[in-house]
Amino acid sequence: MSTASAAAPAAPRPRRGARHRDLRRFLLQRIGTGLVLCIGITLVAFIVTHLVPGDPAAANLGQRAIGDPAAVAAFRRQYGLDRPLPVQYVVYLKDLLHGNLGISEQSHRPVLADLEQYVPATIELALFAIVLSLIIGIGLGIVAAVYRNRWPDQLIRIVTLGGVSMPVFWIALVAFYLFFFKLGWLPGGGRLDPTQNAPTHLTGMFTVDAAVHGQWTLLASALRHLLLPGLVLAIYTVGMLTRFTRASMLEIMGNDYVRAARLKGLPEHVVILRHVLRPALVSIITVAGVAFGSLLSGTVLVENIFSWPGIGQYAYRSAVNLDLPAIMGVSLFVALVYIVVNLVVDLLYGVIDPRIRLS
Amino acid sequence: MSGPAGAPLDPLSPAAVTTVGRRRRLRPVAPRPWRRPLALAGLAVIAAWVVIAIFAPVIASQNPLAQKFAILGAPSAAHWFGTDELGRDVFSRVLFGARITLPLAVILIIAAMIIGAVIGGIAGYFGGWVDNVLMRVADLVFAFPGIILALAIAAALGPQLRNAVIAVVFVSWPSYARLVRSLVLSARSAQYVVASRLLGASGPRILFTDIRPNAAGPVLVLAALDIGNAVLLLSGLSFLGLGAQPPTAEWGAMVAEGAQNFNDWWVGLFPGLAILSVVLAFNFIGDALRDMLDPRTARAVRL
Repeated sequence: MSTASAAAPAAPRPRRGARHRDLRRFLLQRIGTGLVLCIGITLVAFIVTHLVPGDPAAANLGQRAIGDPAAVAAFRRQYGLDRPLPVQYVVYLKDLLHGNLGISEQSHRPVLADLEQYVPATIELALFAIVLSLIIGIGLGIVAAVYRNRWPDQLIRIVTLGGVSMPVFWIALVAFYLFFFKLGWLPGGGRLDPTQNAPTHLTGMFTVDAAVHGQWTLLASALRHLLLPGLVLAIYTVGMLTRFTRASMLEIMGNDYVRAARLKGLPEHVVILRHVLRPALVSIITVAGVAFGSLLSGTVLVENIFSWPGIGQYAYRSAVNLDLPAIMGVSLFVALVYIVVNLVVDLLYGVIDPRIRLS
Repeated sequence: MSGPAGAPLDPLSPAAVTTVGRRRRLRPVAPRPWRRPLALAGLAVIAAWVVIAIFAPVIASQNPLAQKFAILGAPSAAHWFGTDELGRDVFSRVLFGARITLPLAVILIIAAMIIGAVIGGIAGYFGGWVDNVLMRVADLVFAFPGIILALAIAAALGPQLRNAVIAVVFVSWPSYARLVRSLVLSARSAQYVVASRLLGASGPRILFTDIRPNAAGPVLVLAALDIGNAVLLLSGLSFLGLGAQPPTAEWGAMVAEGAQNFNDWWVGLFPGLAILSVVLAFNFIGDALRDMLDPRTARAVRL
């Protein structure tokens, strides 16, 4: 975790020493609970995937091999499926400590290599969608709160309730049909045009890599490919964030200090942005963290439709083929995202509201 | 989760007297349904779907499984929603789809509610390590993006509608457990519970006869808000091929058929609209219920 090493410098300035100690203790505590969560999640994933009737051998061996007991036994031995379950789990954890997540049963590559390939695409898509949702969601939320119960508010309420009610797989298809198939405005899938090569590798996120290396045509193409899946993914989270922004702003508007700010003659936009929105942001970013998690759920469906080569498609393929090491790998990734998102949210609390101590 | 989980105020405590301001009365605002057109619209849509589900064989013009029409015919007078790639009438299939989605949504939300309420009730009432263990498990399930966990469960149990329902229940119970736990915690020291305990009532009796009626309201609101998500998740699993299997007329599976024939837009468009209408209706109702029961957002003072 790079945040930890960057945030705990060796020589804090004397005056801010206490603050740094707090931060260090906070981060250590967070890493501790994070590790526990990782182990817990691998355990849940392990139990769910191993205690059920599905047979990975049946899912991964061909028809002929299934009839051959020797082949099935060899398969089970190769992936350690012949040992007792607790032993399998301990072996998994031990390998994990060495950075070995096992070999995927379908790609026959290390799961870690698979994750390295697919994770950046999903992170890029999810970050794009969350930034989009934050901008649109908070914007609409402000308008709804300011025009409470008047027509802009009602309109926004209907639109956002529609957003959280939309089956994402369906709206993805509708968008695909409309903007790619009928109108031809936007590309229909993938991360780049088929003739283009990936930008020079740095992060694996094509937009970032292309921008850093000044490959502008690639950047434009990557952005165009991001737009449709990103917008579709954002529909749900925009609804979530708008509704929450409105609610928490309304709650704050009832406070006396807001009335005081108005009475002393501050312009309305200053009251709304500085005295209402800013305190509301604390709870809004909490929801943004939850929203990021729901974006990851959405990627499973959206990536399948837009052939986005990310972790969502990988999770789907692994689950359908009962590729246990891969499912465990995806679970670990999910746990890591959860931990990092919560950490970022907690750190942002302190940025938005300096009174909040890290404890 | 900003559930309406605050402790009920004792009307005689000083806190109650100061927070209940001059203009606010203690009497809860009576629900005025005519002031909530969206909720009414939602109720109407759900009622319409219930009627459709019950009388589907009468209303539908065709057998949803009959493969006897032109393949992939566009919407026409004979086939309002067109026909699919096997020559089935999409309109009839959409109507019959209500018979699958609506009952399953209700069943799975009730199952999630009961499981969550029992676990949350036990955790809240007994506290200590029981509480710790149960709530950590709930947190773990909660931390997983729903569809990824449901995907793994549904795939492992085998692609079947029943297993998809089990998977959705498995990912849905933690929010109920959290809510019920917080309600029980806040009720545990309330005077009526203390009184009941002094009268010698047992733990289960207190939970079921004293606390349950008071917890029912918020739990039902959560269920109303959650049922739409459950429908989305269930149809999403079917869309991925892990729920209803062909030839069942299930909306998510029908959208998947539309995805394979997206040139013929009507195959996938109408079942998707059906899902949208049901989920939207439930969300209209849930949203209004929350507004009515949550005084902070319902009656925030506007200057």
